Amino acid sequence: MKDDLEHRAEVGVPVIARRKFIRAAAATGVAGIFSPGLVPISAHGSSDKAAQFVIPPATTDVTPFKVHVPQAALDDLKKRLANARRPDKEPVTDWSQGVPLAKAQALAEYWRTHYDWRRVESTLNGLPQFRTQIDGLGIHFIHVRSKHENALPVILTHGWPGSIIEFMQVVRPLVDPTAHGGKANEAFHVVIPSLPGFGFSDKPTEPGWRLPRIANAWAVLMARLGYSHYVAQGGDWGAGVTSWMAKQRPSGLAAIHLNLPILFPPPPPPPCGYTADEQHALDHLGRYVSDASGYASIQGTRPQTLGYGLADSPVGQAMWIYEKFQAWSDNKGDPAEAISVDHMLDDITLYWLTDTAASSARLYYESFAKDFARMPLELPVAVSIFKGDFFTPPKVWGDQTYSKLFYWNEVPKGGHFAALEQPELFVAELRKSFAQLR
Amino acid sequence: MKSKLESGTRVRTRVISRRKFIGAAAATGIAGIFPASLGSVAAQGTAMKAAQLVLPTATKDVTPFKIQVPQEALDDLKRRLASTRWPERETVRDWSQGVPLQKAQALIAYWRDKYDWRRFEARLNSFPQYRTHIDGLGIHFIHVRSPHRNALPIILTHGWPGSVVEFMEIIGPLSDPTRYGGRAEDAFHVVVPSLPGFAFSDKPVETGWDVERIARAWATLMERLGYDRWVAQGGDWGAGVTHALAKQRPQGLIAAHVNWQFVFPEKLPDNPTPAERRAIDRASWFASDQSGYFREHATRPQTIGYPLADSAAGQALWIYEKFQAWTDNHGNPEDALAVDAMLDNISLYWFTDTAASSARIYWENTRAGFGGLSRGRIELPMAASVFPHEIFCPPKAWAEALWPNLFYWNELDKGGHFAAFEQPKLFTEELRKAFRSRRA
Repeated sequence: MKDDLEHRAEVGVPVIARRKFIRAAAATGVAGIFSPGLVPISAHGSSDKAAQFVIPPATTDVTPFKVHVPQAALDDLKKRLANARRPDKEPVTDWSQGVPLAKAQALAEYWRTHYDWRRVESTLNGLPQFRTQIDGLGIHFIHVRSKHENALPVILTHGWPGSIIEFMQVVRPLVDPTAHGGKANEAFHVVIPSLPGFGFSDKPTEPGWRLPRIANAWAVLMARLGYSHYVAQGGDWGAGVTSWMAKQRPSGLAAIHLNLPILFPPPPPPPCGYTADEQHALDHLGRYVSDASGYASIQGTRPQTLGYGLADSPVGQAMWIYEKFQAWSDNKGDPAEAISVDHMLDDITLYWLTDTAASSARLYYESFAKDFARMPLELPVAVSIFKGDFFTPPKVWGDQTYSKLFYWNEVPKGGHFAALEQPELFVAELRKSFAQLR
Repeated sequence: MKSKLESGTRVRTRVISRRKFIGAAAATGIAGIFPASLGSVAAQGTAMKAAQLVLPTATKDVTPFKIQVPQEALDDLKRRLASTRWPERETVRDWSQGVPLQKAQALIAYWRDKYDWRRFEARLNSFPQYRTHIDGLGIHFIHVRSPHRNALPIILTHGWPGSVVEFMEIIGPLSDPTRYGGRAEDAFHVVVPSLPGFAFSDKPVETGWDVERIARAWATLMERLGYDRWVAQGGDWGAGVTHALAKQRPQGLIAAHVNWQFVFPEKLPDNPTPAERRAIDRASWFASDQSGYFREHATRPQTIGYPLADSAAGQALWIYEKFQAWTDNHGNPEDALAVDAMLDNISLYWFTDTAASSARIYWENTRAGFGGLSRGRIELPMAASVFPHEIFCPPKAWAEALWPNLFYWNELDKGGHFAAFEQPKLFTEELRKAFRSRRA
């Protein structure tokens, strides 16, 4: 596996803070001042432009990258949290109208007074990160090579409201199995990109970044990194991207693993109707559609309008995501039973600092109604169903959709954010399923 | 028409400024509520403070009410607008992803630098306003009695994202027609309430405030005001309430007018007429493209409440989008509504912190089964004005099939969803014409 491209780009290009005036409103008459070649991450209306956070534009080189969020951005976040204005309390005693006020206040207060972004920033910077331009867009990714030469390269794709944060605890066990209860022949080279419009990847400026285009970009990435035999893994939107990669069958892609297979809508009912298991999954799907898909509906139609409140209010951004940590993780009512508060805030803070509420929502506008569909696949498919997820399709649907379903396991613990909730179980699933490809 | 109750209570109550810390987070250990202290309190401690506007507790009396938003709240709004953090611009060249960034920034800059809330506050306070306690909730309403004693009492109900603001230009012409080019015979006594959870009505603390309960409260209100023969009018959720009132047929209600007609056939016609086709297509377009906000409000009003309570820009644009989508315009909402008027309405949501509480009306009615397009058969005499840019315009035959006593139907060539707001003169004329036949 070659990595010349990485060696060539020796210059570390740190992310720096700059005072910039971006895209002034006509009414204020403030002129825009651009320093050529810098891509602003967020656009402040205020005069405190030190809170802005910029990323150097990507080239087709694979350029090392490190995260350095300006202190002004962290101070700005704290200030906004201190001045947050809250709605009235919900008139129900559960989460049926959304995040309860008491839970929201507790999370906001912890975020304001206890949470430490520099901790996860340092963790991220302890991993080799890069940016490279593919199909006109700068893509950020983590790339960790195993010391074991015959490791299997795997590209792991997150979803919404997830991010690369979900995979932080599985990287080392995957790459260095002998130090983490595994065997040398279970090693992986790991590639973890951020989706377009998420994390430190660029935000598309033109429509068209649908799932097939992202899948294609991921194939280009793996080729650029010199991999000619690899596998792909994903859940949520990551399952969408991974499924499209399998459909496109780029040279080198040997198999895929999904932790939420796109098996909706299910195949049509057989003459004698659905089994109990099938009906159970259908009921889950029905409840999702009727009660739990409002976020997808607004993101899929008006991501820009929604984006204004989320870009401007960190509490708003936090609760928009926190609701899903509660609804989709394997817990008995409190999301902290499944995911630590610090990890949830790592993920939320990444969305906040990169101002990616609107750009991440735009993926729904692009692809939710069109490309997130059940697809028959010929490429070998492995599936791990984490039983705490909000939708758990039965194996028979997998049999009917994937002609080479070579692994299906139902994991009793863990939910939608599988790698984040159950890193050891997640790693075990990848080791076991891909053992057949070694 | 008597109004004894109103003359009995002379006490003027003013909204006062208070800083409150409510519901402390466990992490800080700050407990309880700091009592009223006008002037500033050090801004420290708990994140997520309540809005500063406090309404005097309503009683069963009909208590006069005036608005006075504290200067602190106006200053706070300006500061927030000045420090708005923006997303990047949309990837399309139109409104299909929502309010374009350029339009959004222009609106926010105007709101911050040019908009004058005190102008609107004074205008609203020039109308007699009251609050009264009905079914556990304080209800805010404007009540203007006509100088003509035989005027017909009418209750006008707004919807979302509207408010009493929508009716401000028609209250005068309806109640005092001869001053506005009309006839004394067409006079109305006008009652304009704020829905529960909107503007200066209380926010419900329990569930159950669906359109049926609101309708019952409105009947109680009209009775409390001494009216024993009256009519009801509404659009959007106001039409929902008005249809509910029509079905409940409280004593005193003689007829109703709606500018959005909830009539839809149970089975779609096999060979729809062009008008039917248009209505079906519009309903379908609403469901597939327009109803993201509806689905979120109907399922998670508290969650969407967090960004909208904390971001003035977020609140403004959540509403402004509908002023573009649902009015009769050439691409910009300013074609149909003045910027100041739109901001009057938006400011009302902002200062009263009613993003979440107003969204809850969707949750309540969806759970109760009243979120649909048809309210079925109504025996009460019904009147309808169909404005061409309403969300969908049913053909007259659909109304005739469900309303055996349809006594007025008119299809206008101008105006949209916010009919009274967009076309006050036309709207006034519609109500005069519609109810002419119902005068005693």
